[in-house]
Amino acid sequence: MLSDSQAALDATRMVPGIPRDADGPVFREPWEAQAFAMAVTLHARGLFSWNEWAATLADEIKRAQAAGDADTGETYYRHWLATLERLIAEKGVATTATLHRYRDAWDHAADRTPHGSPIVLQPEDFAG
Amino acid sequence: MTGHDHDHHHHHHDHDHSELSETELRVRALETILTEKGYVDPAALDVLIETYETRVGPRNGARVVARAWSDPAFRARLLKDATPAIAELGYAGRQGEHIVAVENTPRLHHMVVCTLCSCYPWPVLGLPPVWYKSAPYRSKAVKDPRGVLADFGFELPDDTEIRVWDSTAEIRYFVLPMRPAGTEGWSEQRLADLVTRDSMIGTGLPKQPHEVA
Repeated sequence: MLSDSQAALDATRMVPGIPRDADGPVFREPWEAQAFAMAVTLHARGLFSWNEWAATLADEIKRAQAAGDADTGETYYRHWLATLERLIAEKGVATTATLHRYRDAWDHAADRTPHGSPIVLQPEDFAG
Repeated sequence: MTGHDHDHHHHHHDHDHSELSETELRVRALETILTEKGYVDPAALDVLIETYETRVGPRNGARVVARAWSDPAFRARLLKDATPAIAELGYAGRQGEHIVAVENTPRLHHMVVCTLCSCYPWPVLGLPPVWYKSAPYRSKAVKDPRGVLADFGFELPDDTEIRVWDSTAEIRYFVLPMRPAGTEGWSEQRLADLVTRDSMIGTGLPKQPHEVA
């Protein structure tokens, strides 16, 4: 079994453009590491190959650039996240509508959670 | 802890609730769905993310601390208003966020809590360790900071007061640890090697000179 860091290095070898240094990927914000880890995990589960991932990511980047993304590298993981959402919909894991419903539920959960308490998703967050 | 059991500084402001950015909401939505469907195990994901812990953010904190140890005028500016002082080193935080540096002394030790939403000062400190986000750690940090420090394997003198700082959406704290003895005449670069992430959260101390020999 590949170690986690080996899996990460495989990803950086197979997918162009991943911000990295000599030791592997680097992240600007915590969510980027989360999005990266989710893709590595889904790849390990066989949901997609890195070739397929790279092609979809390239397409997302092209779309974003057509829509005015400056492509400075700062937005790389935004495209990564869009790729995750798209592949999950295309593979039938969850529809775009489901993604939106969960996004709204988290928004509701954050809103009702006092600052400094853990934000926990509850069934009522899905209401309304 | 001594005296003030509720030295737990809450700063109330317009929106005293948790904040998640649009991107963070989407990431959480994905993680929840993938977890529910059995594609990812959150614990395994945390383990994976932990391997990147030191690789998130520019981690300017060590440079800031080393400068403050070397340059008394910078230290004074940092403690007065950390945001512009840190900007002098080429670091600018997200718009609208304000950073406050709290200085450890022999009588007063600071700890920072709250990594539950976007309020953790990751641009200075890097990614918080996974354990740090756990509810048990958080509540223990507030109720029994000395116990948390013991969990980390260090003890402070009984007469050292421990103050726990809770970040808000607008104010993020980081700890200016005490400069280790035996580092007189060290360059900023050498000093920066002594500054650990945990020492800037207040759950650790800087390395000692012999540890980086």
